[in-house]
Amino acid sequence: MSAADTTEKPRDAAHGTIEVSIWRGRDEGRYETFRVPMRESQTVLDIVTHVQRHLDPTLAYRFACRVGVCGSCAMTVNGRPRWTCRTHVSKVVENGRIEIGPLANLPVIKDLAADMSPFFEKWQEAKGAFTPSKTREADIEPISPETRERKIIDAAIECINCGVCFAACDTVRWNEDYMGPAALNRAWTLVNDVRDAGNAARVHAVAQGGGCHACHTHQSCEQHCPVGLNPTASIAGLKRRTMQAFIRGELE
Amino acid sequence: MAKPRNTTYRREPLWRAAMVHRISGLLLACFLPLHFLALALALDGEQRLDGFLRWTDQPLFKVAETVLVGLLAVHLLGGIRVLAIENLPWRPGQKQMAMGAIAVATLVAAAFLVRIV
Amino acid sequence: MNVRLYVLQRATALLMVPLILGHLAIIFYATRQGLTAADIFGRTKGSIGWAAYYAVFVIAASVHGAIGLRAILREWGGLTGRALDLAMWAFGLVLLVLGLRAVYAVVV
Repeated sequence: MSAADTTEKPRDAAHGTIEVSIWRGRDEGRYETFRVPMRESQTVLDIVTHVQRHLDPTLAYRFACRVGVCGSCAMTVNGRPRWTCRTHVSKVVENGRIEIGPLANLPVIKDLAADMSPFFEKWQEAKGAFTPSKTREADIEPISPETRERKIIDAAIECINCGVCFAACDTVRWNEDYMGPAALNRAWTLVNDVRDAGNAARVHAVAQGGGCHACHTHQSCEQHCPVGLNPTASIAGLKRRTMQAFIRGELE
Repeated sequence: MAKPRNTTYRREPLWRAAMVHRISGLLLACFLPLHFLALALALDGEQRLDGFLRWTDQPLFKVAETVLVGLLAVHLLGGIRVLAIENLPWRPGQKQMAMGAIAVATLVAAAFLVRIV
Repeated sequence: MNVRLYVLQRATALLMVPLILGHLAIIFYATRQGLTAADIFGRTKGSIGWAAYYAVFVIAASVHGAIGLRAILREWGGLTGRALDLAMWAFGLVLLVLGLRAVYAVVV
């Protein structure tokens, strides 16, 4: 290490501060402002963690993996739903300020922790659980990655259940029956799973009032998905599949 | 203070395109009964309808007709885009197509205005 | 919106694509030197072709508009259940009756 390097600040040294407004309370509450030191490569989740560890230990928020795999830490950052662990402060800070709230379209448990129950209840409504067609004694079924069905699944399977699409969707906000992009995207992967035995019930479920036909193709889910999925395309697939089933009279 | 909501999705071109589609559809639905009532004036004879048509030669009606032509065109083109998304393989460039639909509809309306003034 | 309403709305949408293109062409043609009743009647009176064109157009627009309005009333108007379906049917029938009456007026 050269002499010049030793005089540099350590890599995580603070350079200035950010004014951070954080939602406090439940569905009723207010924003509370904190000043947080700005660091290099700092994420929005780092800011929230700093506030909780150093400024106010009563702040509630949710996180787990911190590397964009678990989907636990999504929040509303400057009016936009984002995965906070993979959102750099430098990318979203506006005039030295940042506003962090809980995910929209969900009840608030406390502060930044949204209640994900409605999100996962919709998942169940859309029959988002795999229905096995074989017993545990059967051999593992080989699925070629080259099949049409498997390619469709590959395009949609990497959902991390973060709820960003659910929070970004106006149709979810306007229509409480609507299952939302993530649940329908999940249903679409199972509809294309040749091993699944539950598709008669699944296609029936997503053809109901709150199912895929409630989608108005705003494409907000596609625009906001942090892992680059396209639930709008998956929902379009379900619209085609249910339309075929309807025309064949399979839905009565 | 009530819970905060998202706001920035309203800046998304595709969200705006969806609103253009909904509002244009709503306005066209509101206009249709008036359109039908006006045409039905023909039940009272050609002169009755012609009297109405001459009354609508006022500039205000020319503007309204231009807007209606634009609404019809934008709802048509936006609707074709939605039908294509729902029924054909996904294609990229949706923002460009949505903005293109609005631009073409505006041109159609402008051409209509030029024609009638 | 369930699958039945969806199929009806999209089918009428697809049906109206050529009808609207035709309608726009007629709008431009008819306004070549100001709109007159004589000009309109010259095309439509006694024409089975125009009667069929406009009748199909009115039926498709009534179905399409009523289902579209239902979605807006559901999401922006807070209507649900029977009231929502009643509003859809009422608007659709008003459009249908007024529309077919207008077709009758210019064709017969």
